[in-house]
Amino acid sequence: MSDKIPVTVLTGYLGAGKTTLLNRILSEPHGKKYAVIVNEFGEIGIDNDLIVGADEEVFEMNNGCVCCTVRGDLIRIIDGLLKRKGKFDGILVETTGLADPAPVAQTFFVDETVSGKTALDAVVTVVDAKFLKDRLKDAPEAKNQIAFADVLVLNKTDLVTPEELKEVELRIRAINPFAKIHRTARGAIALDAVLSQGAFDLDRILAIEPHFLEGAHHHHDEEVQSFSFSTDKPLDPKTFFAWIDNVSQIQGPNILRAKGILSFKDDDERYVMQGVHMMFEGDHQRAWRADEKRESRMVFIGRDLNQKALREGFEACVAQ
Amino acid sequence: MTENEVRSVAELVTSCEAGAHIVTAGFLGDEAAFATGEGEVVFLDGRKAAAHPGGSILEAVFDGARVVTAGDDGRVVATGAEGNSETLAEVKNKWVDHVALGPDGALAWSAGKTAYVKTKKGERSFEAPSTVGGLAFAPKGFRLAVAHYNGVSLWFPNSDAKPEFLEWKGSHLCLRWSPDGKFLVTTMQENALHGWRIADSKHMRMSGYPARIRSFCFSHDGKWLATSGAEAVVMWPFASKDGPMGKEPDMLASARQGSRVTCVSFHPSSQALSVGYSDGMVMMARMSDGAEILVRGPEGGEVTALAWHRSGMSLAYGTDEGKAGVLNL
Repeated sequence: MSDKIPVTVLTGYLGAGKTTLLNRILSEPHGKKYAVIVNEFGEIGIDNDLIVGADEEVFEMNNGCVCCTVRGDLIRIIDGLLKRKGKFDGILVETTGLADPAPVAQTFFVDETVSGKTALDAVVTVVDAKFLKDRLKDAPEAKNQIAFADVLVLNKTDLVTPEELKEVELRIRAINPFAKIHRTARGAIALDAVLSQGAFDLDRILAIEPHFLEGAHHHHDEEVQSFSFSTDKPLDPKTFFAWIDNVSQIQGPNILRAKGILSFKDDDERYVMQGVHMMFEGDHQRAWRADEKRESRMVFIGRDLNQKALREGFEACVAQ
Repeated sequence: MTENEVRSVAELVTSCEAGAHIVTAGFLGDEAAFATGEGEVVFLDGRKAAAHPGGSILEAVFDGARVVTAGDDGRVVATGAEGNSETLAEVKNKWVDHVALGPDGALAWSAGKTAYVKTKKGERSFEAPSTVGGLAFAPKGFRLAVAHYNGVSLWFPNSDAKPEFLEWKGSHLCLRWSPDGKFLVTTMQENALHGWRIADSKHMRMSGYPARIRSFCFSHDGKWLATSGAEAVVMWPFASKDGPMGKEPDMLASARQGSRVTCVSFHPSSQALSVGYSDGMVMMARMSDGAEILVRGPEGGEVTALAWHRSGMSLAYGTDEGKAGVLNL
């Protein structure tokens, strides 16, 4: 919905260049005003915008059968910001370098007020091209941030050779084959590559289709994997929803991101869905066009996922 | 019952435009005033006091003579009926999230994890284990309840004793003491309330709501706790020594289709209450027979504030779209 305030989450390991990118976004002559939620005051020097300090307080919330971690401080801050709705055009959330992006994203699904009045636009992860290799060895947080991203800003590309850059991109693709990658130096990037991505908008899941079309091949990383499954046979909705419910309950804690475009038996509309850990949401998007192939595809990015069980479960959803 | 059958007193309402999200309504003397998300205290006659210039009011509490506001500019400000504002406290680079008034002019506020109390004797602070979700002075004795993650701390600001801790997993937000001080109830981030009997810390779980509970209020005699967050006002019985444990709540003043109760306020001296809804409607409801009187139709905006004058003869309301009004009976 267009009247919801868009929220961009900016992550990246310590020293990757988050603050540089943030300052860049804020100082561009975009004519917009942002509320910026940061963890440390002082490094952001823009007068026009509303800067709020956050504490990154994560707590576990239990609503019915879904149990997940959320950022309590974000709920509180956004509640406060909404009291002066109309004074800003968007919200930027900068996380600390060690933060797991999942509780931030989940906050925008779980809390009624927050999800009713704001919409998560994209998770943007800044990656240090020079030191990523080392971080992947010693920092599980860095891997999570890459796996979770919709947009990856590969920064400091001026500090590496073309070969090194290629190697880094391969490492990133092994963790997250679906995000858009932008190469930058000193955070220089066009704003429209970072803002207004609609990455969590079910209506725009269409926009990621080129990546889906890469097919069923998968990449190898030691812990974080991504899989995509597809079938051109229509699915049985009853079997599918029972299966995905079960997947979210059992494998949910290990699923970082999931997306799907589905074709159900006797249903002329495309069904789209997405998930973050145990939280899945979906809806009919539009009628299948006569010129498009009715296929069902699902993609999972996660840690220690049971690929065999996921594939077999998905394939068992084909309508008999 | 169709709307035509409900008696209306809407013609007795004087309305005004506050221009911003109304956080809290109340009375300064006999005049209604509204604390807004634009940092102002707006009076029914249109006067405006810039209590937090350029900032926003996050919480406000009225004591009849003044309204004390917590702002995202890090200040606690008192504003009187003349529109005169005075800064009572200041916390650098923080939002003041909560404010409460206690006996003998005591003032409490919180910023992040720290709760502060200021009395004639001076100022003291208490570091909560996590961000403070709400503050409330006990009706008897000088004791402040501080809500946070996983429970509530009962702090005696005049004593060095370690605060008593009432534990319950989850994020606790707003607090209410029963008028006799025997029960303490919190709203939670989950769609539920949690309560404790102070004497033995016995738990009371009140759940089953479709939405977060943003407004709740004890009746003047403490026999009922009215709560928002559902399609009707959910009323929990607190008359017995066990509170609502093992009892079913009553329902009152149902919302129209697709709407929900967002605000409740008990009449100061009778078993009646005012109810605000997510479609902007305001009603008065009597507990004895469920009779309803319309104060404001479903004219849009969500009702975010309701307050009775202490005489019980006037009712002020406000919405998230800045519409305000006062009913004079």
